[in-house]
Amino acid sequence: MKHDIQVTINGTSHQLAVPANRTLLELLRDDLRLTGTNKGCEAGDCGACTVLLDGDPVPSCLVLAVQADGCDVLTIEGLASGNRLHPIQQAFVDTGAVQCGYCTPGMILVSLALLRKNPHPDEAEIRGALSGNLCRCTGYQKIVQAVQAAAKEMP
Amino acid sequence: MNSYRVLNSRVARVDAVEKVVGKAVYTDDMVVSGMLYGAILHSPVAHARILSIDTSLAKALPGVKAVLTHADTGHVKFGVSPARYDETIFCEDKVRYVGDEVAAVAATDPGTAMKALDLIKVVYEPLPILLDGLRAMEPGAPKVHERFHRNICQEVHWHFGDVDAARAQADFVRTDSLSSKMQDGAFLEPQSALAQYDHNGYLTLYSSTQTTHYVHRTLAMVLDIPLHKVRVVKPYVGGGFGPKAACSSMELITALLAMKTGRPVKITFDREQVFLHSRARHQFFHKMTTGIRRDGTISFLEHHCIMDGGAYSSFGIASVYYAGSLLGGPYRLANMKYDGYRVFTNKPVSGAQRGHGAVIARALFEVQLDRLAEEIGMDPLELRLKNVMETGDTTCNELDMSSLGMRECLEAVRERTGWNSRRTKGSSHKADGHGMGVAAGFFVSGAGYPIYRSRTHHCTVEIKVAEVGGGVTVRSGAAEIGQGSDTMLAMITAEVLGIPMEDVKVLSGDSDLSVDLGAYSSRTTLMTGHATRQAAMDARKQILEVLAEKTGIPLDALDIRDGFVHVQGSQMDFASIRKEYLGEHRGFPTQPHGDLLTFAEASRLAFLERGSIIGKGSYRPPPLGGSFKGAAVGTSPAFGCSAQVAELNVDMETGQIHMERITGAHDCGFAINRTQVEAQMQGAMSMGLGEALMEEVKYDDQGRILNANLAEYKIPTAMDMPPLESIIVESHEPNGPFGAKEVGEGAIMPTIPAVLNALYDATGAMVTELPLTPERVLRAIKKARGETSRGDGDTREQV
Repeated sequence: MKHDIQVTINGTSHQLAVPANRTLLELLRDDLRLTGTNKGCEAGDCGACTVLLDGDPVPSCLVLAVQADGCDVLTIEGLASGNRLHPIQQAFVDTGAVQCGYCTPGMILVSLALLRKNPHPDEAEIRGALSGNLCRCTGYQKIVQAVQAAAKEMP
Repeated sequence: MNSYRVLNSRVARVDAVEKVVGKAVYTDDMVVSGMLYGAILHSPVAHARILSIDTSLAKALPGVKAVLTHADTGHVKFGVSPARYDETIFCEDKVRYVGDEVAAVAATDPGTAMKALDLIKVVYEPLPILLDGLRAMEPGAPKVHERFHRNICQEVHWHFGDVDAARAQADFVRTDSLSSKMQDGAFLEPQSALAQYDHNGYLTLYSSTQTTHYVHRTLAMVLDIPLHKVRVVKPYVGGGFGPKAACSSMELITALLAMKTGRPVKITFDREQVFLHSRARHQFFHKMTTGIRRDGTISFLEHHCIMDGGAYSSFGIASVYYAGSLLGGPYRLANMKYDGYRVFTNKPVSGAQRGHGAVIARALFEVQLDRLAEEIGMDPLELRLKNVMETGDTTCNELDMSSLGMRECLEAVRERTGWNSRRTKGSSHKADGHGMGVAAGFFVSGAGYPIYRSRTHHCTVEIKVAEVGGGVTVRSGAAEIGQGSDTMLAMITAEVLGIPMEDVKVLSGDSDLSVDLGAYSSRTTLMTGHATRQAAMDARKQILEVLAEKTGIPLDALDIRDGFVHVQGSQMDFASIRKEYLGEHRGFPTQPHGDLLTFAEASRLAFLERGSIIGKGSYRPPPLGGSFKGAAVGTSPAFGCSAQVAELNVDMETGQIHMERITGAHDCGFAINRTQVEAQMQGAMSMGLGEALMEEVKYDDQGRILNANLAEYKIPTAMDMPPLESIIVESHEPNGPFGAKEVGEGAIMPTIPAVLNALYDATGAMVTELPLTPERVLRAIKKARGETSRGDGDTREQV
């Protein structure tokens, strides 16, 4: 049995019929082909599938698609304006915070949620905000620096 | 300062924008028309004979297109080294670990594939289980493989110099041991593969591999397809670190399912399967005896090692050599004895991981140097400086240090941390919980030989100049896995050709493009960098030759810089060239203008005169190594080296370690991209810190992993990592392109011992078993204080 939901994804409203057990991650990746949201563990441990649900970062593997009914979802594909990168994306490029890139979309979205709530975080606050997102490549140093740089650029 | 325009800069990675906007395609992102979903049935038991497999119910399930077992295969054995091919696609007579592959299905959707697995009935006859690597060689231990006596996969016995004579001359001798736990690669992207088999018998496999070349060969061999009909493509890869550096059963199963069904098939591991497949760092049991003279000269090292390899050989035959050979430097050591054993157990298979085979050996040796320095009353950093090798030195096992900035690295971390004024304790321990520790290490910059015996070029590169003019495409089999190799290829090409980076397109990671052995042994910058430089010089020469012929200007007076042709000493009359170009491009809004000929015009002219312009490059190391058995392992055209200082605080009541800072200096020869060199150093420190403090794959008494997930298998988070300082040292390696050599693996070498030495400095405690959990640290603190605590007797003796 499928459930009808209305969900706004990256500013576009979608009317969808989804099975009760479909996760938001599956909805994004498999149904809408928004593959920038990466699947790392399907258990909410790694943060690679982080999206913003009504502005708050959530692991989309632990959210059922039906729970997103009536919500606003932002994925990494919805962040840049055309060819113009969001300041956080630009900061990740400029500081070298990207290596394999698998954690990058989640890292950028939790950084966005942080900077919206706390435009001038100190280093400990940044590290705390990133702590649910694992990265095996960077040691986090350049990611922290990217968030610091973005904080200066963001309006 | 140098005169490079692109190299040695901090230019952004060529893949960065695709990755920050979510457009980078990883293997599991791919969906093709008619694609089936594969799934693998793994053994639930650690050691058992397979009595029967009944697939009839699974085959009858609607939506199931194929069910395969060993009966459907050609029974060809494979592995990493041809000397130890001991794996088959599916288990045939028995299973050897929880996770061994027994059967597989392909179905129209993932749910049906999982249901079909449940319908496969396998009857097992249990066999005695061997889980303890230290018991593997004992008489009566269960036998994992019939053909391997005493469960020994590989043993190494080396003696360089004269250890007994040196022992007699040494003033201080001490013996210590250190063991570790099996680590997991914990890359964020689980392995995935997608296979397509066409009507002409061509197989294409998209795979999250580090080594398209070895996957290509193994697919052709095991599936008996002509080599030229197999193509392996590596989309973006979400980290590898070693465990993705060999062909896996999963890749073979995906290909076989596609061949049997005639439809594309994709298999993606879940996180538990990543742990089961493993191929990550071995568990090591090291025991070392080291002697020094009163003046601090290292006299000898006697080293005994047992490595638990799990159920199959994988890289283990090389790992056990690396564990010994990479102690030959970076200190002058004339006398070294090594006895290493890599043994089988009924556990998931260990293989290569960042710092292949050498990390825990390095840790114990560096700890011993600190303790010996204390015994003779010398600063441990001074002791290292006293013994450090210099450029031009050769180790006792015949490794040639063609460049070695080890001294510069040690001096750099000494200065940056204020070591001399801040580390004042020496032998009088205040045990106040704050400590600093130093360590050093080195690593190969590309394995000297391929994994199979061959004279093959280790890599080839083609640079095709766009026939329309204006840009070039680099075609390479090199594997970008996050380390930045595509950017390195683009930077070298832009530098040599004298054109902007944005006019260089990189195609890589495809076995149809070129031969490249792949991303392992820290080889890509040195080897593929060489080939790229050569190919770019070739392309540049061809373009300038045409220009010299057409204008009458001598070849050596022509140069290309910033996308324009420059002429030394005279003006070039290129009016006719420009006129022809403009004539070809009537209606184009952007036209070349100004008083310099553009690269677009020059490269278009070259095509018009000569047809396609393709620059070719290749690299193969010169013959390397001594004549003793196993001398090939550890050889390299160059060696990178690293020093680090770790600073930490220990809660003396709980044993909890809080890292304050790690300061590292690495000699990469020459930094092609300074930002990426730092990034590699920082990533290495975090993997080393994880292994030092928290990472441990745990098993129950039936060989089942207890923590096959990223919640209970801990890797460092942003809150665990301290600030990292990374200092680049450049020794200008004569065998490297532009003087460059490795950074990816050498930078992990000092991290674990720097932490261990800092812990001792902070507490006076020596821990002999990693990781440094609060429990182990607290016990060691109490032992150092002369207190006993309940359970102390439980800690087993190593080796």
